Amino acid sequence: MSFYIASSPHSHFNRTTQNIMQLVLFAMVPGVIAQLYFFGWGVLFQLTLAISVALLAEAAVMLLRDRPIKPALNDYSAVVTAALLAVSIPPLAPWWLIVVGTLFAILVVKHVFGGIGQNIFNPAMAAYVMLLISFPVQMTSWMPPALPGYTAPNFIDSLWLFLTTFTTDGYSLEQARLVELSGSLDAMVMATPLDYIKTELGQGYTLQETLQSDLFSIFAGAGWQWVNFAYLAGGLILLQQRVITWHIPTALLGTIGLGAIIGTIVAPDTLPGFNIHVLSGGAMLAAFFIATDPVSAATSNKGKIIYAALIGALIYIIRTWGGYPDAVAFAVLLANLCVPVIDQYTRPRVYGHGGAR
Amino acid sequence: MSKDNSPVKLWRFHGGVQPPERKALANTTPIRTLPLPKVLYIPLRQHIGMSGSLCVQQGERVLRGQALTEPGVYGGLPIHAPTSGLVGEVVEHPSNHPSQIPEPALTLIPDGEHQAIEFQGLANPTALSSLELIQHLHHAGIAGLGGAGFPTAQKLTLARTIELLIINGVECEPYIVSDDRLMREHAATIIRGVVLLQHILQHQQQAPEAVIAVEDNKPEAVAALTAALGNEHPNIRLQVIPTLYPSGGEKQLIQVLTGKQVPARGYPADLGILMQNVGTAFAIATAIDQGQPLMERVVTLTGEAFQQPGTAWVLLGTPIQHLLECGALEPSAQQRIIVGGPMMGYTVADPRTPIIKTTNCILAPNTVELPAAGAESPCIRCGMCEQVCPASLLPQQLLWLAKAKDHPGLAKHNLADCIECGACAYVCPSEIPLVHYYRKAKAEVREEKIEQQQSEIARLRFEARQERLEREKQERLERHKQAAKAREKALAERAKQAAATPDSTPTAATGKTSADPIQAAIARAKAKRAAQQAQAEPSTNEAAELDPQKARVAAAIARAKAKRAEQQQQAEPSNASAAEPVELDPQKARVAAAVARAKAKRAAMAAESATTDDNNPKPAGDPNKP
Repeated sequence: MSFYIASSPHSHFNRTTQNIMQLVLFAMVPGVIAQLYFFGWGVLFQLTLAISVALLAEAAVMLLRDRPIKPALNDYSAVVTAALLAVSIPPLAPWWLIVVGTLFAILVVKHVFGGIGQNIFNPAMAAYVMLLISFPVQMTSWMPPALPGYTAPNFIDSLWLFLTTFTTDGYSLEQARLVELSGSLDAMVMATPLDYIKTELGQGYTLQETLQSDLFSIFAGAGWQWVNFAYLAGGLILLQQRVITWHIPTALLGTIGLGAIIGTIVAPDTLPGFNIHVLSGGAMLAAFFIATDPVSAATSNKGKIIYAALIGALIYIIRTWGGYPDAVAFAVLLANLCVPVIDQYTRPRVYGHGGAR
Repeated sequence: MSKDNSPVKLWRFHGGVQPPERKALANTTPIRTLPLPKVLYIPLRQHIGMSGSLCVQQGERVLRGQALTEPGVYGGLPIHAPTSGLVGEVVEHPSNHPSQIPEPALTLIPDGEHQAIEFQGLANPTALSSLELIQHLHHAGIAGLGGAGFPTAQKLTLARTIELLIINGVECEPYIVSDDRLMREHAATIIRGVVLLQHILQHQQQAPEAVIAVEDNKPEAVAALTAALGNEHPNIRLQVIPTLYPSGGEKQLIQVLTGKQVPARGYPADLGILMQNVGTAFAIATAIDQGQPLMERVVTLTGEAFQQPGTAWVLLGTPIQHLLECGALEPSAQQRIIVGGPMMGYTVADPRTPIIKTTNCILAPNTVELPAAGAESPCIRCGMCEQVCPASLLPQQLLWLAKAKDHPGLAKHNLADCIECGACAYVCPSEIPLVHYYRKAKAEVREEKIEQQQSEIARLRFEARQERLEREKQERLERHKQAAKAREKALAERAKQAAATPDSTPTAATGKTSADPIQAAIARAKAKRAAQQAQAEPSTNEAAELDPQKARVAAAIARAKAKRAEQQQQAEPSNASAAEPVELDPQKARVAAAVARAKAKRAAMAAESATTDDNNPKPAGDPNKP
């Protein structure tokens, strides 16, 4: 009788790539619900289309590359990429935008570099940047958050807007918004709170005057703050589940916070504070879901801190002095570029090798 | 004594994992004594050092405890008969090693009486010197029972100034409970072993402090040791440490207890620390107090495939098959038999494989508790491996480098410091068998090193040969130069003599003396050519002609030819000087010589009236010889 041969260890922690990706998707649920509540049905359409396109593209590439298709679809990595892109773009952006973005993310950013685990850039963020510089109008047309006195487009109108860029009544997104906003928010032409602040400050208003807008409530951007809190909650689930470590979120938010606090001290009238920076844009999504993408992040703990701090610093710098109101995608891509260098210089000291290296 | 609850600072090592312990499968029943197996296969070679020579005959009846081999050199341990029976032959038997490569093993057929020799313990061991006790342990065949089976006597001899003796009762591998049961049932003997170790290691009358480390998942063992320690051993401390794999690794346990790290490529002794397993301490006490050599050990039989899991005293050399029967194995399809635990153990294919001194566990899992490894998928750089690596390595980078066979890169990332604990592969979400890749890479690095050494040796040999050839060439050229000089001198001498002879006109003499050697040389060369043609001498190489040896060979060939051609005419026997083939090739040579002579004569006629046949140079001989 001969027994079966295997290599040690024979025990395996019951968590596969598939589990990790599923956990990430699960942790996104609170944020998606918040977006659904404040920005209407659009995010659901975006998610559905993005995920479908991503899976089709992944399967097609695996077919072309003569690789097994099933494991590639089962690892859910394409789904996560698609979901991250879908929640990042304006909810009622036309359907082709997310299709182009998702195809770019999967085909170019992921598979041209060698597929899962090989991409230098975060696929969702690279696609976001590509869309932002190619289709700036569509990419900055955010819906105003659901506020008292405002009714979001209903399901049918949203779907119609998504598919044809017109409501059933024949209004375009911009027209519909003007009609909808004819009440209390008619002065609002800015899409996002950060965008609004940037424009207002550019016109010479002080920060305090800017924050008087109905676009801001308790802490920061109305609606936006709750979306950010929801992503924070999801991020804490990931931390608790040890899908991610504390290093990246802490360093990223800490650096933005540090910049914001210094800004508030130096120029309280013109530089937004910590709350605005962290809760009004994509900071929480970036800190817990985007910068933590392991493939394009630094590997060692020290490296992760440097990498995330770099993203945080770049976000603050671009928001304050750059041309874009939110800067997560640019910051992440620039930091992705630095990863090999960071990895090279942050190798941990090996057991028994005394002295710092 | 300091109790386990005393506030002693503990450190922690980097990483670590907490796999399901599953120790309750086997640790609830006492250590069993098994029925005797039908046959024992006792490997002659023990872990390290050379195997000693056999001191029993085939067919001889031996008793339990009787030595079967002499201690081998280089720390080779003797082996002892674990039970009474008949000595069989030495066979090539599958080794208890992942490779299963056959090695010589002595077969012993138990006679079922289990009759032992009269064991003689040392009456008053603390009165003996360390050296005597170490010698005793060596003859008792004691080896480290925790890990690599290093001969205990050698370890104790190599240890210099030891300030801290760590007794490892951590047993951090899941499933394994051998040390756990031993500590519960034989705590007093273990502590006796610790006391003896302290005595052996004392330095300037100062015994080292001893710490017995146990993980906090073994409260019964801790209780038993606490009770056995009582208040009589102020110099022995029981330390409970948190359960975290691989805290039982030597380096990791040292870090947990002392906060120090064993230097890379160093030994714990460099820090004044010596570590022994609790099982070894037990074996030391038994060997010294009762005179029993190492003949058996506690083995855990565990895993869901065993219907009767538990622990047992197993005679060394018992085939695993016997244990499978004793534990009532119900094998499933693709049944794995793992020697050791689920993290570092290795599978064996052949159930005849014997139990050896380091075998602490036979694990037969079903596929539910320990599923077979899934398909390897691409690394997603999640970095979990790095989070858990107890050596602070970068397993993910090591994987890339191992796949790329980048040996300098592997060295830079300290592959050699990997202890193969398996924590990285345990957490890897892509189910990459990382340890497997590292083992392969280590073997490749080792192989490359050997190849490099061999090519270095070959290079040196080649260079030495080139040097020798060059030297010989130079010597040869030097000889030629000397020869040419001597020849010139001789010719000049002759010319002088010729000039001095009365019948040459003084005016002509002065004008021709300078031409003399040249003319003579031309003549000689021509003569030589002619002679060569005549002789059918194959080589026209000047060096060959100048080299006496080659000339001799050529001469021999010529001789043979001449012999064949003119068998009956052979008047001159070959006993003439071998260096003068011309004389040995009578007819042709003579003709040739005559032609040459004639030519030379014509050429040299005007100048050298004194030239005679005698002066004619010999064609294939050394032209320097007049």
